[in-house]
Amino acid sequence: MNFQVMMEQLAGGMLASMGIFFLTLIFSLPLGLLVAFGRMSKNRVVSGIIGFLISVLRGTPLMLQLLVVYFFPYYLFGWSIAGWRFPAIIVGFSVNYAAYFAEIYRSGIEAIDKGQHEAAYILGYTKTQTFFRIILPQVIKIILPAITNEIITLVKDTSLAFSLSYMEMFSIAKQIAARETTFLPFLVSAVFYYVFNLIVAFVMRRMEKRLAYY
Amino acid sequence: MVYVEMKNVEKSFDDLEVLKGISLSVSEGEVVSIIGPSGSGKSTLLRLATLLDTMNKGELSYMGEQVVRMEHGHSVYEKPAKLREIKADFGLVFQNFNLFPHKTVLKNIIEAPIHVQKRKKEEVLPEARELLSRMGLSDKEDYYPSQLSGGQQQRVAIARALALKPKVLYFDEPTSALDPELTGEVLKVIRALAEQKMTMVIVTHEMEFARQISDRVIFMDKGVVAVEGSPEEVFGSSNQRMQEFLGKLSAN
Repeated sequence: MNFQVMMEQLAGGMLASMGIFFLTLIFSLPLGLLVAFGRMSKNRVVSGIIGFLISVLRGTPLMLQLLVVYFFPYYLFGWSIAGWRFPAIIVGFSVNYAAYFAEIYRSGIEAIDKGQHEAAYILGYTKTQTFFRIILPQVIKIILPAITNEIITLVKDTSLAFSLSYMEMFSIAKQIAARETTFLPFLVSAVFYYVFNLIVAFVMRRMEKRLAYY
Repeated sequence: MVYVEMKNVEKSFDDLEVLKGISLSVSEGEVVSIIGPSGSGKSTLLRLATLLDTMNKGELSYMGEQVVRMEHGHSVYEKPAKLREIKADFGLVFQNFNLFPHKTVLKNIIEAPIHVQKRKKEEVLPEARELLSRMGLSDKEDYYPSQLSGGQQQRVAIARALALKPKVLYFDEPTSALDPELTGEVLKVIRALAEQKMTMVIVTHEMEFARQISDRVIFMDKGVVAVEGSPEEVFGSSNQRMQEFLGKLSAN
């Protein structure tokens, strides 16, 4: 196997990893906000249940959660899980990351001075307007460094999709390495994750700077 | 016309009785100052009048329209939609300004008229600039609150409240977070509003100021109105608590 063929195969894996990465972000960032609302609900039952779910999602391995999401339709209902592999990965990742993001959102929302809510209330803003116009923009600025941490972790965590035999970057690297008895694919994938995260860190720092106007 | 009417208002936090039956009536064009020691319930009264807190007992009306009524010995509030309507009647200036830090001075002022009152930006902008010039802040419209002094921030907060054209403007210790020099510039603005017959209720520790601009002064102590009347009557009152309070102030 020549170098070019190997790189082509790895490139396919890179695309797959990036697919998991972007789809997870797209779903988990808004979902995390919803979960945060549930966690902060005045209804004790709702906040209790959400709190328990968050503790399970944060307290058990993501790899295990992926296996559960993938196999449970079969074991529970006897359904065929053909074609469920990729959706299961995205669901597993999104729900897991939403749990982490939820706690980050919560910390940010609770850090906003009560006076901001009161000022908006007096000015006649509805609760929705208050949240989206006044609170959330300030929350984003506060939580951005913590979000960056999670996103960097997510880049590396995409390799956990190998547990469902999904052909992302790391799975392919392992396969080639075993077949060709060479360490090279691992080096290539290390460079890939590292460069990917350099870009993530760069983009996030740019965003932080843009929000540093006040 | 009576703009604000509070009747027999009672408020407790857990076991602590903060207001023990307070009535307050404010008429069009009147400037009412509320003075008194810390913990006397002044700020709580203002929070109840502005619907930031709910009273246990008592009634509240704006412009003759009842917002809170008594039923079976407890206060009952109108529906949220109605309350939002009523909120257009008044504004509140906070002790610590509570400007929106992520918005410029101008945006702080025009946001609510545009998004709450649904007015056109072209119509709101000239009004906002006019308000800023009245506050002496014409050159600051693109600044963020954190770039301004406390006195400037408080004047922006006053402009923000006025932009909604409230009938009554409440002030909750508007100068307590400011040094004497900055206090002066904020008081000057409030004085100008009083001269224009803006209806105002001011909770303050600035006794000389209250004496000068108020039509009526209310001295609160331990959750009740201890003395009420014209500035001359209140500051010249022989009420013992009032004398103690003023004595302590001048001793400082």
